Amino acid sequence: MSELDLFQYGFMQRALIAAVFTGLAAPAVGIYLVQRRLSLMGDGIGHVAVTGVALGLLTGTSPTWTAVIVCVLGAVVIELIRERGRAGGDVALALLFYGGLAGGVLLSGLGGKSASTLQEYLFGSITTIGVDDVIVTMALAATVLVVGVGLAPQLFAVAQDQEYAQVAGLHVRLYNMAVAALAAVSVTVAMHTVGLLLVSALMVIPVATAQQLTSSFRTTLAAAMVIGTVASLGGLVISSFASYHATVAPGPTIVLLALAFFVVAWPLGTLVRRRRRLAASPDRVELASEGAAGV
Amino acid sequence: MPVTTTDQTPLELTGGEVEIGGVPILRDIDLTVRTGDFVALMGANGSGKTTLVRALTGLRPLSAGALRLFGTPYEQFRDWRRVGYVPQRAGAASGVPASVREVVASGRLTRRRLFRPLSRADRAIVDDALEVVGLSAKAKEAVSTLSGGQQQRTLIARALAGEPDLFFLDEPTAGVDLPNQQALAEALGRLKERGATIVLVAHELGALGPLVDRSVVLRNGRKVYDGACLTDTDVHASDFGWLASHHHDPQDHGTDHPHDTHTPQVSTPLDAVIEEPR
Repeated sequence: MSELDLFQYGFMQRALIAAVFTGLAAPAVGIYLVQRRLSLMGDGIGHVAVTGVALGLLTGTSPTWTAVIVCVLGAVVIELIRERGRAGGDVALALLFYGGLAGGVLLSGLGGKSASTLQEYLFGSITTIGVDDVIVTMALAATVLVVGVGLAPQLFAVAQDQEYAQVAGLHVRLYNMAVAALAAVSVTVAMHTVGLLLVSALMVIPVATAQQLTSSFRTTLAAAMVIGTVASLGGLVISSFASYHATVAPGPTIVLLALAFFVVAWPLGTLVRRRRRLAASPDRVELASEGAAGV
Repeated sequence: MPVTTTDQTPLELTGGEVEIGGVPILRDIDLTVRTGDFVALMGANGSGKTTLVRALTGLRPLSAGALRLFGTPYEQFRDWRRVGYVPQRAGAASGVPASVREVVASGRLTRRRLFRPLSRADRAIVDDALEVVGLSAKAKEAVSTLSGGQQQRTLIARALAGEPDLFFLDEPTAGVDLPNQQALAEALGRLKERGATIVLVAHELGALGPLVDRSVVLRNGRKVYDGACLTDTDVHASDFGWLASHHHDPQDHGTDHPHDTHTPQVSTPLDAVIEEPR
């Protein structure tokens, strides 16, 4: 079978490793963004990252590292804006996003790079990932996992109820910054796999899928990491096999596979929730939407 | 769960003032709460009672005045695990499901080290907190699927899990039906028996009435009563607190108080205009 021979190639093995690490790490940060109703923050950081990549291309240094630096800076600025403003924050974020994207495209043009070079980063090019980038991806993803899973109780408490955490004496600001920085790092991790424009998908969709069927944070986190890994591995393998017949890019395949899981989980979750409600005592009232409106 | 007794006064505020966007919300508030007190901060919507609790917990900075917690000036106070805060229940649900037990266990964080799992003792305290509020049977369910009263009790259990000496509760009875108010009263009664010091904000006391030792009534950001527990009808009686603050503040005239224009008064004087921004 020529199709199984694919796994003997170095580029495919590197791609598989990158896919596993990305699939594990992205939801481990994404869950805190979803919890704080900041699902689109990953997207915003992804836009800012374009400038980081372009800076790397322009100066001839590794785009991965320049992207990490610019992303973390961008994420901290986003967090500061969010912390300060209520009304103007939303617009300020939008300005930052578009600035990041436009700046990146402009800079890469100045550097004499064609649109196709940038496109590798915008939509991912997991099968062309080099050894160095695989190692960096693994290290960054491991950092994200250690902090995201290891500090889960603290990050959970701060994201769940910031004011309570503040009164309890937790360093709310520090933890918020940590989440922002982690999100920035995982954007860079996922950059090679699904690309900057689809980064947020791997952070958010597995969490959204998992929470259809779970009732606790811990199981949601574990399930999201499994779903993320299965989606990125599965998407990569499907696209590789399909490539014998047509041009199928791995990035979008991964994201569409994750979405397919969501489409299956959603009605299933509705069914499970209805069952639970019917089994519950009559005095219980659904207040999820009311709770969502507050704070 | 032992609540440590201490001879330090849990709370002492002198001349407390709060401004929000240049508008004075609280003016010249003196408040002392002693160990074992069960104090109800009362008043109409907008009277400043929620702002007062937020100022006492450090969520809203004082623009003037001195606050001491357990004998330590606020600026130097670091022992926040002695303070338990129960916000209005809006904070119970978030974007990701969380079980009742997880939310309660997060109250234990004040006593935990980083990167360490919950110890056996921690878990026993979380179990106890769930038991006190009567939610042991619901521990594994998602908070968002509980009723308002149950969510409120979850947040009380969370504060309880941190084993604080001083509790602040912001409107625990708001929008809670009577059976749940009774369950809430039972939980707070058990806290009181253990010697906890409790300060709660209440528009109406409802089922909590019998527990309260002392009422503090605010009107237009000033303290107008501090003494024995009042009933809801006392507080909302149309002339309560009226004489106490009338003609003292020139700013009151012709601004947001229609009764100052000598027209017949229809609304209660406790109905103020300024709302706490959220």
